[in-house]
Amino acid sequence: MVQRLSEPWKTLMTQHRPLHPLSATLLFAGAAFLVATAVTRTGRRKSVNHRRDDAPVSASRVSTPEDGVVVAAAVTIDRPREELYAYWRRFENLPSFMENVEAVVPEGDHMRWTISAPAGQTVDLVTKITEDRESELIAWRSVLDSEIETNGRVQFRSLAEGRGTAVEATIRYVPPAGEIGRLVAKLFRKEPKVQGRHELKRFKMLMETGEVTTAQFHTPQNGSTGD
Amino acid sequence: MRALTWHGKHDVRIDTVPDPEILNPRDAIIKVTSTAICGSDLHLYDAVIPGMMAGDILGHEFMGEVVETGPKSTLQKGQRVVVPFTISCGQCFFCKKQQYSACDNSNPAETQDLTEPLYGHAIGGLFGYSHLTGGYAGGQAEYVRVPYSDVGPIIVPEELDDEQVLFLSDILPTGWMAAENAQIEPGDTVAVWGCGPVGLFAIQSALAMGAEQVIAIDHYPHRLDLARGLGAEGLDYTQTKVGEALLEMTGGIGPDAVIDAVGMEAHGFAPDNVLDVVKQKVGMVFDRGHVLREAILACRKGGRVSMPGVYGGYLDKFPLGAFMQKGLQLRTGQTHVQRYTDNLMKEIRKGKIDTTFLISHRLPLADAPTAYKNFHERQNEWTKVVLRP
Ligand SMILES: [Zn+2]
Ligand SMILES: [Zn+2]
Repeated sequence: MVQRLSEPWKTLMTQHRPLHPLSATLLFAGAAFLVATAVTRTGRRKSVNHRRDDAPVSASRVSTPEDGVVVAAAVTIDRPREELYAYWRRFENLPSFMENVEAVVPEGDHMRWTISAPAGQTVDLVTKITEDRESELIAWRSVLDSEIETNGRVQFRSLAEGRGTAVEATIRYVPPAGEIGRLVAKLFRKEPKVQGRHELKRFKMLMETGEVTTAQFHTPQNGSTGD
Repeated sequence: MRALTWHGKHDVRIDTVPDPEILNPRDAIIKVTSTAICGSDLHLYDAVIPGMMAGDILGHEFMGEVVETGPKSTLQKGQRVVVPFTISCGQCFFCKKQQYSACDNSNPAETQDLTEPLYGHAIGGLFGYSHLTGGYAGGQAEYVRVPYSDVGPIIVPEELDDEQVLFLSDILPTGWMAAENAQIEPGDTVAVWGCGPVGLFAIQSALAMGAEQVIAIDHYPHRLDLARGLGAEGLDYTQTKVGEALLEMTGGIGPDAVIDAVGMEAHGFAPDNVLDVVKQKVGMVFDRGHVLREAILACRKGGRVSMPGVYGGYLDKFPLGAFMQKGLQLRTGQTHVQRYTDNLMKEIRKGKIDTTFLISHRLPLADAPTAYKNFHERQNEWTKVVLRP
């Protein structure tokens, strides 16, 4: 399809074009080094480093190298947090709203993620749960010999009566070394934040409406995702 | 199937495209029996709305027969339905507050990126109205995939014809909400700029809500006649100083409520578009900013401004001082269609609201490209076009 757009919009439309498959992945799959994170009384994420206010670390204008690459996003979902936690905690469910996660298979207390990569390849990632508080929080990190090193956490916070649950996800990662690392680093430079928002929005759609919204009207012929 | 597709400025064609399919559990497929061209479709035709891609199927005012349903749809095959142009999930924070056009879930995640930087938040999904609102295929086609079909579509009683109910899809509730936003009190004078379909329905609704006097402002003689037919007085702005006339007609106090229903949407969405469009529009046709400025200056102190006309970007020289010093209120927004359809359907059934007076042309879908051209060039006579696939 040929696009005909007015100039200022070309940039925006380009941004909206699908991100590279691999970028999605890493988002919820992870990050290599862990920066100290404190959870305030209200449950908001807050870095203990260099911060003079109560804003989430992802909104910082002054991130330092020690912060690593931080991707964070939040959505409000009009469902009880118990239900949201339970769905996420079954990691096998994650591919239903994470576009490029092909499968998550529990292996004892570890999870094996299969992530689709360019040219029909897949990348494997093994994580273990580092913190698990019923209906509140799940945190995970990759095991040492994983192809990608990452850590992440998702938090479920009840809002005022009738307002649902705030779901806040934070992922930190350091681009790995080697061949994959160079590719990953390239892909990651600008996309993961966008992908993170998309994944959480799809989670919201699925939990609130029972389906992930699509504007397609027929199944694409070539079997691509139609993006 | 056959469908009207957009290919660029003043270039729409009837193409053969794939048939729609059920893709999500709450979907339904509608076989379109009637579909209208909206004034706002002309802004797509003029290519002033960004986010269009060649091949997009237009049309957001349509109705038809249910021919296929997903497992979670509440519709049944064979039912006749009118489909609201706003796509609403019914289950998010906004839908539960009946702010249906603000639905958080109906615009897919990827296309939400297009309006977030502009507005601070993504806007909801609409049929056939660019990728800013999701890029959904529209209703100027033989068939349409309707998502969340358990929330939007309104079942049509057998005794009513298509033409009696088709405008429940957009312009009738839009005109109604415009009048509701004017918070009309008995004895009020309401001034309405623009006698297109939305303006005319706003006039009809304002009178139904108890307005004492409605003054309609336009320059097309036929449209002013239609307004008069509904019970309004007409002002032709090419012959009359509108501000002075309004003062005199209201004993110097000014209209209690003013409605900007010009509905040009023509300012585009980006700052540079805005400037260009403003330059284009100054002259014989209404300039959006001009209407809103004139309306604010005309409105009485402590009065209400209702703005059903669609704006996309920024507006220059908004008379903020007059607005503040006179203590005005402004209400606006895309129509929360589903909030109004049940009541309006009842009024139509009782014979209290007639919408068919508006229709000037009835044509087969195959003639849609010609219909666009005529609707665009001959607005005086071509007030509303209904297409039949
Ligand atoms: Zn319309
Ligand atoms: Zn909704």
